[in-house]
Amino acid sequence: MSRIPAVFDNLRQQHRKALIPFITAGDPEPAMMVPLMHELVKAGADIIELGVPFSDPMADGPTIQRSSERALKHHVGLRNVLAMVEEFRRDDAGTPVVLMGYANPVETMGYGTFSARARECGVDGVLIVDYPPEESAEWVKHLLARQIDPIFLLSPTTPQARIERVADMAQGYVYYVSLKGVTGALNLDLGDVAAKLTQLRSSISIPIGVGFGIRDRATARAVAGLADAVVIGSRIIEEIENSPKARILTNVYGLVKNLRTAIDEAGPKH
Amino acid sequence: MKVYDFPDKQGHFGPYGGIFVAETLIAALEELRVQYERYRSDAAFQAEFAHELKHYVGRPSPIYHAKRWSAQLGGAQILLKREDLNHTGAHKINNAIGQALLAKRMGKSRVIAETGAGQHGVASATVAARYGMECVVYMGSVDVERQAANVYRMRLLGATVIPVESGSRTLKDALNEAMRDWVTNVENTFYIIGTVAGPHPYPMMVRDFQAIIGREAIGQMQEEYGRQPDMLIACVGGGSNAIGLFYPYLDSNVRMIGVEAAGRGIETGQHAATLTTGRPGVLHGNRTYLIQDEDGQIIETHSISAGLDYPGVGPEHAWLKDSKRAEYAGITDDQALEAFHALCHYEGIIPALESSHALAYAARLAPQLAREKLLLVNLSGRGDKDMATVAQASDITF
Repeated sequence: MSRIPAVFDNLRQQHRKALIPFITAGDPEPAMMVPLMHELVKAGADIIELGVPFSDPMADGPTIQRSSERALKHHVGLRNVLAMVEEFRRDDAGTPVVLMGYANPVETMGYGTFSARARECGVDGVLIVDYPPEESAEWVKHLLARQIDPIFLLSPTTPQARIERVADMAQGYVYYVSLKGVTGALNLDLGDVAAKLTQLRSSISIPIGVGFGIRDRATARAVAGLADAVVIGSRIIEEIENSPKARILTNVYGLVKNLRTAIDEAGPKH
Repeated sequence: MKVYDFPDKQGHFGPYGGIFVAETLIAALEELRVQYERYRSDAAFQAEFAHELKHYVGRPSPIYHAKRWSAQLGGAQILLKREDLNHTGAHKINNAIGQALLAKRMGKSRVIAETGAGQHGVASATVAARYGMECVVYMGSVDVERQAANVYRMRLLGATVIPVESGSRTLKDALNEAMRDWVTNVENTFYIIGTVAGPHPYPMMVRDFQAIIGREAIGQMQEEYGRQPDMLIACVGGGSNAIGLFYPYLDSNVRMIGVEAAGRGIETGQHAATLTTGRPGVLHGNRTYLIQDEDGQIIETHSISAGLDYPGVGPEHAWLKDSKRAEYAGITDDQALEAFHALCHYEGIIPALESSHALAYAARLAPQLAREKLLLVNLSGRGDKDMATVAQASDITF
């Protein structure tokens, strides 16, 4: 079993919601990654989503795309990302790490090699944006053989039959992208999110994280009132992008800490 | 002989093709798949498509015997399928009309497109004007610069051209950006993909719309020469003009050769010869051969022709290569330029640089073959758009 279910069990007992920050591995530079991951945990992250840089991040908006380009300038590939997780694990045996990225780096490494190495490095879950359930049978088999959770996306346009299909395949948590479009977009309709989550919960028994469009205390608090986990990506990447290098760790800590307190204010709902 | 019947229901050509996209696009692709299935066998839709191809595009495009050039080469006869004579000057219009008619029936008021050389962008802008739809074209800023005339044509036709500054700023980045637009505006927007790549049903749908090329050729060859050609030759970037010619011939014994851009030479690494040098992976919604590094990052490609400058290739070509039904070869920038000039000189036809790759392959092959052999080359586009590039290669400035 991965580290993810225990984290959600603990939070549930404390009537708290999970905070899942997303950063791109290698942005702004490889040497800063492991300290940044520890800083996220100190600031209150329950799970870390680590983006694997890819040359063609089709589902991402300009912010995460730029972060991918910065990481690629340092030639950060999947092998390096796994090594970063391995290094992080030396000082943190408990915080789950989820890799998020695109299919081609995994295709290149091969499912077997990737899954074995990811397990060895302490990866808990993987979300490959462009592996929908239809194309994922082999992939999921390899992950499960190594006790790595296959994480899938659900969107506002996902019909009921697909929700059930994802419910059968997904482990750890599912990631509901709360608006149409790419990452970093601005408009978030909380009424829609609430209605959709009710629908999702009738089929899905594992926790549901919500991401895309969460940028501040208000949206974080509101989403925490609805979902089991709040995923925050582009806003953190912007902080990294706009901070002088010496201030990145401090500024990201401040931002995430602030969002953490907002999420905890949401209080118990269900 | 087993009848060729790819793709399967999920869009697979053997191990290639498929639907590799984020969840946010699945519903839109499903809607498209269902609607296309419906209109694919709808007589009224097909009749309107045929009518538009005849009266708006000017089809059928003739097969022209390049007699002087063939005589000069001293071997097989080179026949040209004249897609350059289509309205807008390339084969791209066949598919753009098909997809625009579908968009209209699906109630989409806005179309978007990606373009490399600009031919597909021009075709999309053209059909958007023809059917009264808003049109946005994404084009890498590098391509915007080297295809300035086509950018102006698109604007004249009322399209908005958006230069893409991300990544290598060429066709693949334009495709990424168009996908992002589509996922954001999917309710009123139809994405007209210009080549036989992307997620299912695009590779199949674009092939079907382009297959008019091969179907016409079969009839024309029978009528004018009493037999089919010995070989089909077409350039391959994404591969839509090649599939259009090849597909109706797949169940025959006619040899088919796809010609990729070997750029400055395969050995320099500056090329776009995906099937020759790449390995399978996943990009832009399908599994296919890709030019990539050891980490699986997509590498910037080079070709003198923007339309071939793409690190992937249609999944059906990947399958035709593996199954050995088609063969694939590379032609360098210099070889393509040489064929470009030869066709201008001997036949009074200015070919597109893309098509010049197919011509160059035919020119190398013809002298090795008997005079009775017939090589049918797809002259996929005219070269007016390439004046600046060709002049620059000859150190001429206007």
